[in-house]
Amino acid sequence: MSDGNSVAYHGAPCGHEEARRAGSIIRHQRPLASFLPASRMMVFDLRKVRRSIFRFFRTHPGFRTGAALSPAAFWLTIFTLIPMGIVIYYSFLTRGPWGTIEYTFTLDSYRQIFDPLFLKIFARSFKMAGLTVAICLVAGYLIAYWIAFYGGRHKNLLLFLVILPFWTSYLVRIYAWITLLSDHGLINNFLVKVQLIDAPLPLLHNQFSVLTGLVYTYLPFMILPLYASLERLDRSILEAAADLGATAMERFYKITLPLTKAGVFSGSVLVFAPAIGEFLVPELLGGAKVMMIGKFIALKFIGLRHWPLGSAYSLMLLTIILILLYLYMRAGGGKDAFREQQ
Amino acid sequence: MTRSSPRLLTFACAFLYLFMYAPLFVLIVFSFTPAEYSVEWEGFTLKWYEAVFNNKNIQNALKVSLMVAIPSVLISTAIGTITAFALYRYKFFGRGMFQGILYIPLIMPDLVIGISLLLFFTFIQFDLGILSILLAHVSFSIPLATLVIIARMQRIDRSLEEAAMDLGADEWTTMRKVTLPLLKPGIVAAALLTFPWSFNDFVITFFVSGVGSSTLPLRVYSMIRLGVSPMINALGTLIVLVPLVFVIIGVYLEKRSVS
Repeated sequence: MSDGNSVAYHGAPCGHEEARRAGSIIRHQRPLASFLPASRMMVFDLRKVRRSIFRFFRTHPGFRTGAALSPAAFWLTIFTLIPMGIVIYYSFLTRGPWGTIEYTFTLDSYRQIFDPLFLKIFARSFKMAGLTVAICLVAGYLIAYWIAFYGGRHKNLLLFLVILPFWTSYLVRIYAWITLLSDHGLINNFLVKVQLIDAPLPLLHNQFSVLTGLVYTYLPFMILPLYASLERLDRSILEAAADLGATAMERFYKITLPLTKAGVFSGSVLVFAPAIGEFLVPELLGGAKVMMIGKFIALKFIGLRHWPLGSAYSLMLLTIILILLYLYMRAGGGKDAFREQQ
Repeated sequence: MTRSSPRLLTFACAFLYLFMYAPLFVLIVFSFTPAEYSVEWEGFTLKWYEAVFNNKNIQNALKVSLMVAIPSVLISTAIGTITAFALYRYKFFGRGMFQGILYIPLIMPDLVIGISLLLFFTFIQFDLGILSILLAHVSFSIPLATLVIIARMQRIDRSLEEAAMDLGADEWTTMRKVTLPLLKPGIVAAALLTFPWSFNDFVITFFVSGVGSSTLPLRVYSMIRLGVSPMINALGTLIVLVPLVFVIIGVYLEKRSVS
């Protein structure tokens, strides 16, 4: 009953003013008053209610769009935008004794960005992410090139195999590297058994293992955009170059590489952005020695409970990533991705 | 292309595929052997799986994981469907901006999402637990679900809906009898792809889970921290392989209707 009433209430303007304005499209519809007796008799006719809702939406497209978008808008506002605002708020607060928060405004946390220790960690994260991009670029180009040019009828399967690990547990996959790299892991066991080495090599808990984990985690992000741009490459240009006597090397450096620049750029941003803030890889594979910015921020929240400082560092990380993404969008990366979607 | 691929390139790619799959392969293989402190093959056993199934903590963690993942998939797929519909069909002011904001959780580092939600829940004095994990999971699953469904909407032939309307169907009937059946593979794919997304999430859950409620990845993490035991291999194998079934079905449905 209450539903019927509320609909009648919403529908009222559309029955009278709107109908007159909209003219012939609306005129053939039954006047809204004809619903009123039904609701007065407390008969709930779902079909009529539904029809009047849709009629209302037809005449008020703004409401229709708003109604459809409101759940997502509501959720995003409450659980994404407001929490971001709270991070900004906390970054200006003071840390009291024992990790409490004092509500006095300060810029101290931002000043501590220039702390030498933090700058060192930051530089290391930058270096690790840069190396990850470089390695992924070489490895990703090989795979993408191979699939695009020689994949034949297995192209989709090969591509699917690149994406598949992405849907499995990222924690378990990184953990799996421990079973490979640790002192009694598969690689060391094998090398000792074939007597290539006497004592296990220190493969775990160093920059090498962190780099391995980062490349392993983010390689698919590089392969996909590279593959997309290689797939779009017009093969006849390569054939023309070959006919004109260009060697394989010349064709690659003068044609293939320049024409897939967009893919190289997108892939590099897509790998660099998450790699620089990575938390779990340095946590599990880096041990205590390889501190990266992501792990450092996490420690500020879990161990030391220095929330204002952690907030300021997170915002700095986010700013770097947003600048990168902005450059990426400006270079047409976003449009590229959209075209891919279609 | 009839050219045969250069041997060196093929070899390099075979090595890279090995790099991508070797860790999981090793994990799976060595979950079936009794060796405890070293990765060595000492014969076949199922004892680690038995240990996993009999472990109370793991059972509880699985329960928490499912209590989070299933509602999260249902809510985010439902919201994703109507959001995708509105974004694709309706032209409105600020559409680009809305889409930009919608994809924020996809581009933001998990760490920052986790921290911001932790501060938010603390700020409003909301108890950390299953509900806070669920709220967080829905918020990062909505963008993914929307993305998958929009991709499907772009392939729907609009004229089918117009035909239905011309033949006298109203919006509701058209939506129920034409649009939704056409969209169904996309919706199912979105659900099947958001499931592992939620089920496997570690970093965000790590920050928004309370003391008493840990999901399966959190349980694995604390087991790793306590020391490497082959039981983790067995549990890891199950965690990797079971949701993969969903993904393969999801991708299959997603591809099938292209042809």
